[in-house]
Amino acid sequence: MSGIFVAILGILIFALGYRYYSKFLAEKIYRLDPNYVTPAHKYRDGVDFVPTNKFVLWGHHFTSVAGAAPILGPAIALYWGWLPAFLWVVLGTVFAAGVHDFGTLVVSARNKGQSIGTLADRLIGQRAKILFLFIILILLLMVNAVFAWAIANLFITYPASVIPVFIQIPLAIWIGYAVYKGKTKMLIPSLLALAVMYFAAIVSSRVNWLQIDLVSYFGGEGGAGLFGLGSISSAFLIWIIILMVYVYIASTLPVWKLLQPRDFINSHQLIVGLAILYLGLVFLNPAMGAPATNATSDVSWFPLLFITIACGAISGFHGLVSSGTSSKQLDKETDARFVGYAGAVGEGVLALIAIIAVATFFTNTDEFFAAYGSYTEANGVGLGIFVEGAANLATGIAIPPDIATTIVSVIVVSFAATTLDTSVRLLRYIIAELGSEYKVPALTKTHVATSVAVVTTAALVLIPQGPNGFGSGGYLIWPLFGTSNQLLAGISLLLISIWLKRQGRNYAVTLIPMIFLMFMTMYAMFNQVLFEWSWFGTESNMMLFVLGAIIFVFAVWIVLTSFKVMTEKNEGPINKE
Amino acid sequence: MLDQTKRLIRFYEEVLSMPHRQEIARELRAEDDLFMLMLYSEMIGIPNPAYYYTLELYPYMIEKFHDWHLRMGMEKSPLSGIRCC
Repeated sequence: MSGIFVAILGILIFALGYRYYSKFLAEKIYRLDPNYVTPAHKYRDGVDFVPTNKFVLWGHHFTSVAGAAPILGPAIALYWGWLPAFLWVVLGTVFAAGVHDFGTLVVSARNKGQSIGTLADRLIGQRAKILFLFIILILLLMVNAVFAWAIANLFITYPASVIPVFIQIPLAIWIGYAVYKGKTKMLIPSLLALAVMYFAAIVSSRVNWLQIDLVSYFGGEGGAGLFGLGSISSAFLIWIIILMVYVYIASTLPVWKLLQPRDFINSHQLIVGLAILYLGLVFLNPAMGAPATNATSDVSWFPLLFITIACGAISGFHGLVSSGTSSKQLDKETDARFVGYAGAVGEGVLALIAIIAVATFFTNTDEFFAAYGSYTEANGVGLGIFVEGAANLATGIAIPPDIATTIVSVIVVSFAATTLDTSVRLLRYIIAELGSEYKVPALTKTHVATSVAVVTTAALVLIPQGPNGFGSGGYLIWPLFGTSNQLLAGISLLLISIWLKRQGRNYAVTLIPMIFLMFMTMYAMFNQVLFEWSWFGTESNMMLFVLGAIIFVFAVWIVLTSFKVMTEKNEGPINKE
Repeated sequence: MLDQTKRLIRFYEEVLSMPHRQEIARELRAEDDLFMLMLYSEMIGIPNPAYYYTLELYPYMIEKFHDWHLRMGMEKSPLSGIRCC
């Protein structure tokens, strides 16, 4: 089947979803009121609460939620064939992610722009907030470990990407200063930075000595490395140490110095990447070489598919962005439909092209099975195959394959590095918040909290028996990442349902995806925790067992409490002021 | 055509600069808050040698006072002299 056909079908369903389903949600369920005074107007302070044009807000919302996760998840889930991944991304975006992102935005806007955590506190109870913090804590820890490994892996596989990625850092700092001093606007320096990076990518793809290939420095794949480790393991060790040092520095700097200018560059990379891939798809017109379904899978798609693809189908992280920043900047309540629902659709479009890039990379099913031999292998090779597949699409617009590979890996590493930076920063805040909650004042200090965050991340990445060799501890917990992300989304949907019920409205549209999501997540979790990770399981692993069990118990607890809240007598609208 | 391109660039610039403008506004507010704290330092027991002169700033401060004490975590006005809430 042609890749173009799959893309058109997907985009058509997204468009119909936006045109009809989001209209239905806006009019009948969330009942948006153009005259409602949004928090942006009511609490306008010029900092957090600022009424913002809906297109501008959408642009910001979309670039905040889109990153490396909607690429990584589908690339792994292709293991079950492209059809299940395609269906889950398309239907998940239309019926779950859109409802969720849109809903969290509306509920938050109707409740003084408060975040989901605070709303959980108000709607479910005080314990819910602490549980929330713990789930987010574990989630962030896993994001760090997975992305640190993924970046090190890409650096080792594509050594030409190292220099362009590192050039981005001084460029970002320069943009940060130039704009802060008010000397320039942002557009020109961002484009300039992009040009410099891609020029470096082109040069380093062709000039061998510009490729920082640690493995060859240690004498090739069979060479001896440091501390009796092999050359590849030593390369991982060095990259991970460098990344941890970088992340420590980056996450303690003020955001405008490094993180934000990096984001400016990355938003361009997102647009460039999407444009290259979709244009390449149109010109190349490749066939979907991967099988539609994989009948010989060693791990069942049910229910693992639904947690392997989290971002791109539905993701709890979006709720944090919706309720954390976007809801405070909504100019009119009716804008929520565009910002929330179309934001989810934007991420769906990214996940869709990730599926197509991976599926069209293979010319026949034998090639596919050679790469995706088992679920564990799929976890390891997924991102690498996306890079190859995306580069393959880019050749459609006459970019030479070696340069295309470098540019795509630079784009993916940039996304992953920004995610890493942001999530270490968030981890630091949460450790500090837990520190003040439990009266451990030392933890509230920036450098103590950052050290705790970085050291635990490093410990997790460097677990010796990772499934993909040294340094891949993060991959052990990719399913846990999906699980906690989906739990977060499930809890947010539950909150929206409780809110809708108290408003006396139809809450089936949020309750059904919530039950679906909670069931899949809990079922997958229960299986993994009990039958794989526990002491009598097939892959006994105490750390995963403990982490998984904690998340599972939290989830059961929140669901039970919420069920009680749901069945209580209707207390009338909660947002009466 | 040229107009549309200009509009597009302006829109784009706005998307890019949104988080940045917010961050700078936050830093400015933090500085202002510190200044307010210095003006009201007597309130928390730190003698302020210039308090007599800061009285002149009273009409300028009073408008911002309510937002300030809310941000500082005080639900009600801590000063009986200023009845903002």
